[in-house]
Order: sequence, then C-alpha cells, then structure tokens
Amino acid sequence: MSSTPSGSLPNPTRRVEFDVWRGDSAGGEFKTYGVDVAEGMVVLDCIHKIQAEQANDLAVRWNCKAGKCGSCSAEINGQPKLMCMTRMDTLPQGQRVTVEPMRSFPSIRDLVTDVSWNFRVKKKIKPFKPRKPDNADGSWTMYQADVDRVQEFRKCIECFLCQDVCHVLRDHHKHDEFIGPRFLMYTAMLEMNPLDTENRVADLKDHDGIGYCNIGKCCTKVCPEHIGITDNAIIPMKERVVDEFYDPITRLFRMFKPRAS
Amino acid sequence: MNIAERCTIHEHDVVVIGAGGAGLRAAIEASAAGVSVGVICKSLLGKAHTVMAEGGMAAAMGNVDDRDNWEVHFTDTMRGGQYLNNPIMAERHAREAPARVRELESWGAVFDRTKDGKILQRNFGGHRYPRLAHVGDRTGLELIRTLQDHGIHQGMEVFMEMTVVALLKSGGRIAGAFGYDRERGRLHLWKAKAVILATGGLGKAFRITSNSWEGTGDGQSLAYHAGAELLDMEFVQFHPTGMVWPPSVRGILVTEGVRGEGGVLRNSEGKRFMFDDVPEAYRAQVATDEEEGWRYVCGDKNALRPPELLTRDHVARCINREVKAGRGSPHGGVYLDIGWIKEKIPNASEHIKRKLPSMYHQFKQLAGVDITTERMEVGPTTHYSMGGVAVDGETQESCVPGLFAAGEVGAGLHGANRLGGNSLSDLIVFGKLAGEHAAKFAKSHTPAEVDSAEVEAQARALEAPFERSGSENPFAVHYALQDVMQDLVGIVRTQSEMEQALGKIAELNARHAKVAVSGHREYNPGWHTAVDVHCMLTISEAITRCALERKESRGAQFREDYPQKTAECGTFNLIAKKAADGSMEVRRRAVVPTSAAQKALIEKLK
Ligand SMILES: Cc1cc2nc3c(=O)[nH]c(=O)nc-3n(C[C@H](O)[C@H](O)[C@H](O)COP(=O)(O)OP(=O)(O)OC[C@H]3O[C@@H](n4cnc5c(N)ncnc54)[C@H](O)[C@@H]3O)c2cc1C
Ligand code: SF4
Ligand code: SF4
Ligand code: FES
Repeated sequence: MSSTPSGSLPNPTRRVEFDVWRGDSAGGEFKTYGVDVAEGMVVLDCIHKIQAEQANDLAVRWNCKAGKCGSCSAEINGQPKLMCMTRMDTLPQGQRVTVEPMRSFPSIRDLVTDVSWNFRVKKKIKPFKPRKPDNADGSWTMYQADVDRVQEFRKCIECFLCQDVCHVLRDHHKHDEFIGPRFLMYTAMLEMNPLDTENRVADLKDHDGIGYCNIGKCCTKVCPEHIGITDNAIIPMKERVVDEFYDPITRLFRMFKPRAS
Repeated sequence: MNIAERCTIHEHDVVVIGAGGAGLRAAIEASAAGVSVGVICKSLLGKAHTVMAEGGMAAAMGNVDDRDNWEVHFTDTMRGGQYLNNPIMAERHAREAPARVRELESWGAVFDRTKDGKILQRNFGGHRYPRLAHVGDRTGLELIRTLQDHGIHQGMEVFMEMTVVALLKSGGRIAGAFGYDRERGRLHLWKAKAVILATGGLGKAFRITSNSWEGTGDGQSLAYHAGAELLDMEFVQFHPTGMVWPPSVRGILVTEGVRGEGGVLRNSEGKRFMFDDVPEAYRAQVATDEEEGWRYVCGDKNALRPPELLTRDHVARCINREVKAGRGSPHGGVYLDIGWIKEKIPNASEHIKRKLPSMYHQFKQLAGVDITTERMEVGPTTHYSMGGVAVDGETQESCVPGLFAAGEVGAGLHGANRLGGNSLSDLIVFGKLAGEHAAKFAKSHTPAEVDSAEVEAQARALEAPFERSGSENPFAVHYALQDVMQDLVGIVRTQSEMEQALGKIAELNARHAKVAVSGHREYNPGWHTAVDVHCMLTISEAITRCALERKESRGAQFREDYPQKTAECGTFNLIAKKAADGSMEVRRRAVVPTSAAQKALIEKLK
C-alpha cells in the first residue's frame, strides 16, 4: 500500500530576505524584500508575493507555473534556473536569496530580459522538409525506436537557460556567429528526424559556429528538461561536419554524388 | 486627435489575436490564402496556454482500435455535451480531426508510435475507443512548437507581449484592434479587414485553476463589448484532478492521462468510490468490476472502461461528494494512485516515468511525492470554458461582420461539457476554418475607416489608472473576484448564492473604477492586472447570469436547487449580449437542430 504525501496540516511560515535586481537597460541595483515563506513555496511564489504586497511594478515573466513553458528563467543565487520549479526548501536555509535576470541577454526591466535574438536565430535555420508520405492517407510509417532521440530534443521548452550559461555567448558575445546550444540541438533535431530531407551540415559549419563549442557541457547541466544537449546533439553534429567536410573519402564521394534528397 | 502621434499603426488584411494552437493554425491558413497576417499575443511566441496541454488530441484515426471512426467520435462528443452542442460543428470536428493531426506530422510533429509504426492513441474519459494522439504527457508543447516552427516561415508578422484592449468597429463591421505593448507601455493600433479572436479561456476568474495568467477571458470580453453574442457561458469545466498540496501549487493540472494509464481514485477509506455512482447514460459503457477496468486499460477490446474514465463533470462531483462526506485526504482532496499498477506489470516504475514524465517531475519537484510509489492528492480545479463567442458553425464568424473566433474563446462544439482531448483537435480544425473564412472576408472587403474619437476614448480609459490618486489595488480586486466566483458560482450552485455574487460583482466593478497604479509603463504588472480585471468582471457577470437562468443541472453546471436535468432546458442555449442601455441581457435561443442522419447515428451508437 502506498503512503500518504508528506506535509503537516498547519502551514507555518519562516521569514526569508530576498535581494531582487531592480532596474533596466540603463542599470540597476539589488533591492531587499522580506517574505514569509510557507511549505512548498517556490521562488516564483515569493516574487509574486513581493509584487502583490510590496512592489506592484516588479517586472517578471511567467506563464504556466509548472515548468512547462520556459518563461520564468532567472539566476537564483547565481544559478540559472526556472523560478517556478525552484522550491524554497532546496535553497540553503537561513540565508538570503538573490534573484537576478539572465545575464546573457539585454535587460528590459527587473527580471525581464530581451530574448528576441533567439527567435531571430531560429528563423534562419532551414525548416523541416519531409519526404513524400509513405501511405495514401498522407501519413508516414515510423517506429518508436526511430523517434526516441528526436522526441528527447522536442522536449525543449525554450527557456534559454542553456543559452544564458554558454560562455561563447555569455563571455565572448558571439551572437552573430554562434547560434548557441539551444539551436545547435534544434538543428540536430531536424537532421535526425527520419522524415527530413534537408541538409543543414554546411550551415552548422559556416553560419552556426558549431566549431566555437568546446563541449564543456555547461548547457547540459542547466537544462531543466534534462536533454543531453552536448552528448546527444552537439557531438553527433560535430561528427557530421567532420565526416562531410574533412574526411577525404566523403569529400571525394561528394564531388561525384551530391547528397540525395 | 491625431492617432499617428499617439499610436504605432499597423495594417494587415487579417489580424489574429492569440498565438495558442487556434491562433497559430488560423494564421497559417490565412497566410496560405495569400493575405497579409498579423498575430498578436500577450506572452512570447510558443508560451501560450496551449503549451501546457498534456494528455493528447482526439482524432478518430482508428490506429489502435479499428472500430473507431468519425461517427463514433461525433456521438461521443454530443453525449458528452449533453446535446447542447452545435451538431454541425461536432460533425465537422469529428470528420476533420484525423486529417488535421496528420498534417501536423507533415509540419514536423513527432507523436508516440504504435508497434506497427502509426500514431499511437490513448484512452480518455468519454471517448469510447483509444483516440488521443499524444506525445507522452506534453502534447500541447508538441502542438504549439510544431505550429510555431512552421508558422514563422509562412510570412506572418508576430507581435509578442502586446495586449489588445478593444476591438474597433466602423459602420457595424470590424475595423481593427487597439492595445499596448507590455514591454514599454506604448499604444498600438492594428487596422484590419478581418479579426480572428483566439485568446483562450477564463480560468483566472476563479481562485483554484489550472490556467496560466493569460486565461483572463479577454476575447470573450472584447467580443461582448463590440456587440457580439456570448453563448453557453454557464458551462465552466471543473477538471476533477488538480494538485491540492502544497498550497502554492493548488489547481495545477494532473492530466487525465494518469487515469487513462490505469490510475485509480480512492477515498480515505481506501475505497474506489467511482464504482458507487455510474450515471444512467453511461451504464452500458462502464466496467462492472476492477478487474474488467484494468483489462480495458490494457487494451482488451471486450472490456469496458473503468468508472474513473467517466466524463469530467461527473468525476469532479463525485470527488466533491467524498470530501464533503469526510472521506477526503488530509488536504481536502482524494487519492489518485498510479503506483498500484506494479501489482500488474513488471517495470511499472519505468513505464510510469515514460508514459507520464512531466507528471512524475511535477509531483517530485513541487510536492516531494514519487508517483511511482506514492499516492497523489487531487481535487477539482477550474479548467476550461465551454462557453464563449457565438459563431456560425460553417465559418466561425460572429454576428459582428468580419469578427471571427476559434479555440477556447469560441463556443458551440462542446455543449454542456467538453471531452478531454477535444480541445486540441478543436484548435486545429476550427483554427483552420476561421483562417480560411477570415481571409475570404478580407479579400472581398476594402478596409474600414477607424474612428479616431473611439481610439482616443480607449486610450484614455487604458491610461486612467496612472492618473488616479485612489488607493484601490488591482491585485486585491482580482483576488476578491476570484473568491466570489470560486465560492458562489463554483461546482455547486444555488440561486441565492449567485444573486449574492451578482451584487458583489457590481461592487467590484465600482472598486475597479477606482484602481490606481504607480510606477513606470514598462512591464508594469499592476497596470496589466488592472486591464485584465476589467475582462474578468465582464465574463464573471455573464457566467453568473447564464447560470442563474439555466434552472437545471446538466453537464458542467450543477444546481443544488435544481438537481435534475429537464427536457425543456435541453431545447435551448443561452446568449448573453450587451443591450442598448449598456446592461447585460440574457436570452434563450433554440439549439441548432440535429439532422435526421445525425439523429440516426446518435440512436445507433447509444
Ligand atoms: C494544464 C492543461 C492541460 C490541458 N490538457 C489538454 C489536453 O490534454 N487535451 C486537450 O484537448 N485540451 C487540453 N487542455 C485545454 C487546452 O489546452 C486549451 O483549451 C487550449 O490550449 C486553448 O487554446 P487556444 O488556442 O484557444 O488559446 P491559448 O493557448 O490559451 O492561447 C491564447 C492566446 O491568446 C493570447 N491573448 C489572450 N488575450 C489576449 C489579448 N487581450 N491581447 C493579445 N493576445 C491575447 C495569449 O497571449 C495566447 O497567445 C488543457 C488545459 C490545461 C490548462
Ligand atoms: S558545451 Fe558548447 S554549447 Fe554547451 S555551454 Fe559549452 S560551449 Fe556552449
Ligand atoms: S535545451 Fe534545455 S535549457 Fe536549452 S532552451 Fe531547451 S529546455 Fe531550456
Ligand atoms: S512559468 Fe512556465 S516554466 Fe516557469
């Protein structure tokens, strides 16, 4: 017989001090707010409490409050996380909590950043292009084993935490030459879709900057969907680039027989 | 005034308000027809409420059980809606859903597969056969991402994080929309020949809800104030299984997929109480004992479904009854147990994690409960609005020429109760239809003139909270409204409580007129809430007035003072419309008649 969920009925609170970054593109500073935290509360609940009771104009982006939409990304005690999935009791007890916006993207206000670059990057990636349907009703025959990997990549909620943490973007600001882990993985997802007939390998090398990635795996570590961004997506794509462009036999082969579509 | 000085002006043939499944599907269709399309949404692209949908989308493809076809889906939908549905819409939906789902695959969606390589389908409440195409328990993400990734290459212009606060009309027909961007607080005017509302639901008017902040009934309210009719507003679906503990997650949805995969409901005495009360209309379709219910879950075609898979209205009321009778769980819910299937199958824990990954994470991370070994505590949560903008079943056009609606903001398909999975399919079937007809409308009309005085008035109303010195807090007004709706117009309704609710809504309207906001215009949540509350007040009044007028219990509406369904009430739908004096009037309209062929089907598949 299964047991009942834990939790005592009365819900006592404890006081926690929050340092929340307030400001905009011109600059800003941390402001301190005290919050009475009850059992089960997540960081986003505390931010909402501050917003409703102490700072009506505190800007924060969120939607689902269940880790499904990827809107509430922020840096909590310096760690890139979803605010709605970070329970207060997983943070060190008795200490202040800092909440600041993702630092790799321009600030709009308070915890809200301008992530529009990501949408522009995606638009430049060649879209899905399926082969002709296998069956008369317009459907395809595909087996679960053939789509497991693609489905792993399709779990991405576009929280952009991996983009936030990647040093190529964060420290070296290569936004014009490097599409970042989210979109390297997105490209891998399209390339590995069994129905797709497009070839994006040259783009990966020439426009997407896959060579900048040193496979340090910081992106994989912060992904709330636990997608194997580096091992399952980026490394296989790096191998394809090598195979298609640096392997002498493949190159010879390419000269005579362009990739079929 | 000179509008161009105050607002950024945009011009499109068709403007779509909303970028959930319905809005994106409509925008894709209109773009394909060759007209210029603008899409406006309150949050970032890909974040709309649709992203949260879990269990799947209903389409009678017959991939898992070849006895399924559109006729069965049509009759299931009508029975679930207690025959208040628009049968024209219900038939189109059942016929077209399979093609719309397959089309998603051609745009890159990757559904779970059957052993023979087709799209896998799962059981859901009220559907006779396994019918829901799905991707684990993140089907909504798959739907919205597919439409987004396809849509961005079709030429539409997307306006993210902008809120429409009014529809503009000229000579009786639609002329455009007016709103502001959340980022900077600047004013915007979209001129359009046709407008498609695809703004989703209204759950945020209630305290306990599965909806995100966007579900504030904007589209229903915009349409109402523009003179359109609202239909069936009394039918608000309370999903039986929302999380109840801890308090901060109260209301977050626990997908019906848990029950579809074998999850059972028990009270504090350990009893599977759903066997106690099976409604007459479903008796011939429900398992007689637990063993048969399990065989059904495993795909035995001769077995009947377990009672946990009855329609949502019924399951929600049974849970309510158990809790009220003192047989609830410690935090006021009942138990939902999926871990028990380990008695039946090997590797149950892995199976659960693979089939219900986001449920596993949701409980593990938010409640500290491991659903593979522990029971969940669940209770009803405000989930979906069957009611919405009344539309023509052939075109999705409202009674305002040039104004269309699709998705949850629309009404007609679901009648008194929606079956799970019928919303995602609704979005793609009727999103497409709306896009097609809005484009057609735009092609056959010249642009209407926007009245600058009207824009000026709207701008003043929008900015008024900044100028007031009053002290009314917009969040406080919102919370008060949520309490009124939850406590007085919730799962169990009575005349006296609803009359009380109307009084309180009037008081809250007065308080709302005094709401003041401070600070800057950029991304100011206090201001945004002030705007949203206006919409929620409007639709709350409509829900309450219609619920009062329907003196019976049917589908999602349960009246303690009229606990029975009546034949007379089955003959009409209710319409709420703004009267000439500005007050809300509610009147009856005969249901759309079922054709002889449809009647015969319903009879045959009873
Ligand atoms: C947790 C959960 C699980 C669900 N699971 C299922 C399921 O398994 N199967 C199923 O069939 N259904 C399910 N549903 C129901 C279904 O997801 C919704 O009914 C459906 O997604 C609504 O889609 P939509 O396109 O109508 O609107 P939404 O997806 O809600 O999108 C509304 C859009 O309108 C925009 N908008 C709103 N107001 C304005 C405004 N004033 N100005 C500008 N833009 C505006 C929003 O920003 C958003 O882009 C579920 C619902 C929830 C909450
Ligand atoms: S592994 Fe590559 S993509 Fe990921 S964070 Fe490191 S450099 Fe960036
Ligand atoms: S890959 Fe992971 S971290 Fe990156 S955007 Fe997607 S979900 Fe977020
Ligand atoms: S609010 Fe959706 S992921 Fe946090």
